[in-house]
Order: sequence, then C-alpha cells, then structure tokens
Amino acid sequence: MEQPAGNLHEFSVSELAGSLKRTVEDAFGHVRVRGELGRVVVAKSGHVYFDIKDERAVIASIAWKGTAARFRFRPEEGLEVIIEGKLSTYPGRSQYQLIVESMEPAGAGALMALLEERKRQFAAEGLFDPARKKSIPFLPKTIGVVTSPTGAVIRDILHRLQDRFPRHVLLWPVLVQGEKAAEQIAEAIRGFNALSPDGPVPRPDVLIVARGGGSIEDLWGFNEEIVVRAAADSDIPLISAVGHETDTTLIDFVSDRRAPTPTGAAEMAVPVRAELKGDIDALAARLVSGLSRHIERRRTELRGVVRAMPKPQALLDLKRQRFDMIADKLDSALLNNAAEKRARLLVLQAGLKPEALRRDIRQRRERVADRSSRLVPALQRSMRDQRRWLDTLAGRIESFNYSKILERGFAVVRDSDGAIVRAGSGLAAGSAVELEFADARRQAVIDGTPSETGPAPAAASPAVKSKPKPKPRAKPKSPPAGQGTLF
Amino acid sequence: MSETPNADIASLSFEQAAAELERIVQQLESGEVELERSIEIYERGAALRAHCEAKLKTAELKVEKIVKGEDGQPATEPAGLD
Repeated sequence: MEQPAGNLHEFSVSELAGSLKRTVEDAFGHVRVRGELGRVVVAKSGHVYFDIKDERAVIASIAWKGTAARFRFRPEEGLEVIIEGKLSTYPGRSQYQLIVESMEPAGAGALMALLEERKRQFAAEGLFDPARKKSIPFLPKTIGVVTSPTGAVIRDILHRLQDRFPRHVLLWPVLVQGEKAAEQIAEAIRGFNALSPDGPVPRPDVLIVARGGGSIEDLWGFNEEIVVRAAADSDIPLISAVGHETDTTLIDFVSDRRAPTPTGAAEMAVPVRAELKGDIDALAARLVSGLSRHIERRRTELRGVVRAMPKPQALLDLKRQRFDMIADKLDSALLNNAAEKRARLLVLQAGLKPEALRRDIRQRRERVADRSSRLVPALQRSMRDQRRWLDTLAGRIESFNYSKILERGFAVVRDSDGAIVRAGSGLAAGSAVELEFADARRQAVIDGTPSETGPAPAAASPAVKSKPKPKPRAKPKSPPAGQGTLF
Repeated sequence: MSETPNADIASLSFEQAAAELERIVQQLESGEVELERSIEIYERGAALRAHCEAKLKTAELKVEKIVKGEDGQPATEPAGLD
C-alpha cells in the first residue's frame, strides 16, 4: 500500500488554498452571524479588524473602509452584534475570516448593557457630578446649536426661539447618526468653545446639542465617549435635547441641562420676551407709584406734624386764658382784700363806744366854749397891754435914734472893720476910722496919743462913745421873748 | 441727569438690571428711604427700566451656519434653512 490512491489528484498548496477559498466562499457566500465583538483595531487604511466570538469559538472579521463608514455605531469590544457578510480565507496565513457587509447591534438589550457599563465608568470619573453643572445664562445673546441642518429639529428650535425671545443663532451642522456623527458632534462642541469671544464669529453664550427621536442605535452617537468628553469639557453651558423624553443618552448626563425635546431646549435657553416686558412694565409702574406713594406718605406725615404743631393763636389763647384767670383773681382779690379790711374795720368799729366818744366830744366842746368865752377878754386885755407896751417902747426907741444926736453935733466913729469905736484909748496912732455925721460919712486918721476925756474937739470918737450910755435903762421893760433885741 | 451716577447701568445684563430694578421698587414701596434719596433711586430705577427695555427691544432672530473656511477656521454664512 505504498501508493494506495494512485488516482488521487495532487494539489499544489496554492491550488488547494485557492480551491478551499472558492469552496468556503461558495458555501458561505452570505451568512448572518451573531456574536460578541472582541478586540477592535482600526487600521491606518481605514479598514476595521476585529474578532467576533462566543463562548467556544472565534472568527476573525474584517470591515473594509467603505463598509465601516456606513456603520451606525462605532464597533466596540464587548458589544453583541449581528453581522451579515461572507466567509472567505486568507491563503497567505491559512486563515479564514468573515468579510462584514453590515453590522447591527444585537438588539436594544445589548446596547443598553454597553450604555450602562459606560455610564458607570463616567459616573465613577465624576463627569456627571452635579457640582460640575453650570447655570444656563438668563438671556443669552448668541445661541450655538449643534444639530442637523435639515429636518424638524433646527426648525422647532428656531420657531420656539422666535416665539419666546428671538436671538442670534449659530448652527453648527453635523450628522446626527451614523459612524461619523459622534466625531462631528464632538468637533462642533469643541469648535464653539474654541471661538474667541471677540473673534469674527461670536462665541455662543449657551449651546444646544439636539437630535430628534430615533432608535437607540440611531442615537448611539450621543453615547460615544468623544461626545461625552467634549460636552464635559465645554466651558459654554450646554443643553442637551436628544431623542424623546424617554430616550436617555450619555450626553444627557453630562450636559448642564437636559431638555426633553429640542423645543424644550429652546425654552430653557431664553426667557419669554413678552413676560419680561410685562415684568419690567409692572416694575416700572410700581416704581412710579412707589415714588409717588412715598412722597404722599411724607406729605401726610408732614401734615400730621403740622397739625400737631400748636397754632400761634392757640399759644396766645392759652396765655390769654391764664391772664384772664389771674386778672379775675386780681379783681376778686382786691374785693376780697377790701372785704376783709372792711370786716376787720367792723370788728374794730364794734370796739368803738360812740357814747364815750360823744361824751368826750362834749367835754371838749365845753372846754372849748369855756376857753373861747375867756379868750376874747383875755385877748382884749392882752392887746391893751401890748398896745401900752408898744407905745412906751416906741417912745423909748425914739430916744435911741442917734441920728437926732448926730444933728446935735455928735459923730459915730467906726474902725476899719465898720465896728463902732467906744473907747478912744485903744486906737493906735495912724488907725483909719470913719466918722458918721448927720449928713455924711467921712474918713479920718487917728493922730497923737490918748488924753483924758474933755472938751477936746480934736478927738471925735470918745465923745461919741459916751453918749449911748443911758440906753440900758430901758431894757428891763422888754416884752416876752420872741421879740428879740433891737441891737 | 443719568450720565454720571447711572453710567454703570449700560454694562449690566438684563437680569442684573431687572433684579436691581426690583430691589429699588421694593425699597421705594417699603417707604424707608429718605425723600432726597427716594428721588435719586427713582431716577436710577427709571434708567434701569430703560436699559431693560432696550435689551428686550434688540430681539431679532438671526440664523447663521458655521462653515469651515479654507484656513480651517470656522466662519459663518446665512443659514438658508427650508
């Protein structure tokens, strides 16, 4: 049995490999296989190499560049997928492989599991931390929208903005599904953030990343890590509005606000202008009425104070009243005083005995009568005595009238002081004297020495002196005092 | 009358201006402001109101689309959506 199968065809290796390749491709020209993705490698060429596996087997798989571009999601290790394609071999390596024509996630459950896994990772990183969330500006000037330029989403947003508060909208057009979507969305978010605030393109104050509803696969781009990280890194507050309210994508967890719909995002982005206008108008009205009420209140207060202020008349009235009271009292005090005095007078009067008084008066009157009856005779007697006395006195006075004596040749000598000189011996020689004659007064000078009184005509004064001697005789007869002396 | 004391209003955002206006109104309504001061703050309130209304008036929807210029930098062009 050296040549047991002499008629067996002998292949070359290439022939056999080629035959095998044809057989495999014929037998498995179109297959549908379900499995979990193993390691995924994207080559520089753009082809994507990965394994699809289950518990016991692995099949190497290739997605050519053109096919990979049409994937609705990015192939990722661990994701359960359903692939359609054909089997082929790689003769150079003795390998067979699955040439992918299309690839779908193996139902929502698979994607959900992946989503949960990623969510757990990002949450662990803290990307969903509420403290990271920025507040949405109250009234943005520019709104950046990242969405498809076609379709209802951008129109819904613009309509709602128009209704509420028209603003400047910058649309960054992106694909919102398919394998390129995530990349473009991430680039748009970073692109808006990279705008300089004073550059030619205004930097938005708020971003809206939006997409309409769709299957989980359609929305898958918004679960991609690059999108999540771009949104997390955004300095511009970001509102996400992806799918319907019940759809959840990872960008919703990392955005600053999640809107249930694109319309809802527009509502979060701007306030209602008409309401603001109303608020401002109401405030303005309150401002005006506030001021006028304020002033009115002050006026009322002022009036109150003025009213509380005493009127000048009232001040006077008070004084006047006091004055009146005092004046009244004055009058009555006067009357009281008088009355009191009168009362006291009455008391005193009562003490007066009119009878005694009258008796006293009578006695005095009697005495007056008695005296007056005696008065006339006494007066007459007295007058007679006076007359008699006066008569004798007159006679005697006449006898003293020295002018008569002067007529008889006597002279009165007076010294320089005018005093009458009674003794000539006292006069010094040379003394000036005055001689009074009956008709005139003449000046003289004493000459010589005194001599005995005799009929010496030279010395006039001694002669005068001797003459008045008889006078004292009459004096004892003078009347009672009061009459005074005649010399 | 509002140039010197109220010049800062121009730089206020709508929200800030509205909040201050609200404060001023409450102050006035409380009646705890001196008369002189009340007129002063009323004037400021009036300026704030004018500022807010100006902010509200500039509302106009303008839609532009980002396009990549030849230098790779983003530029804008009218969106022309239909």
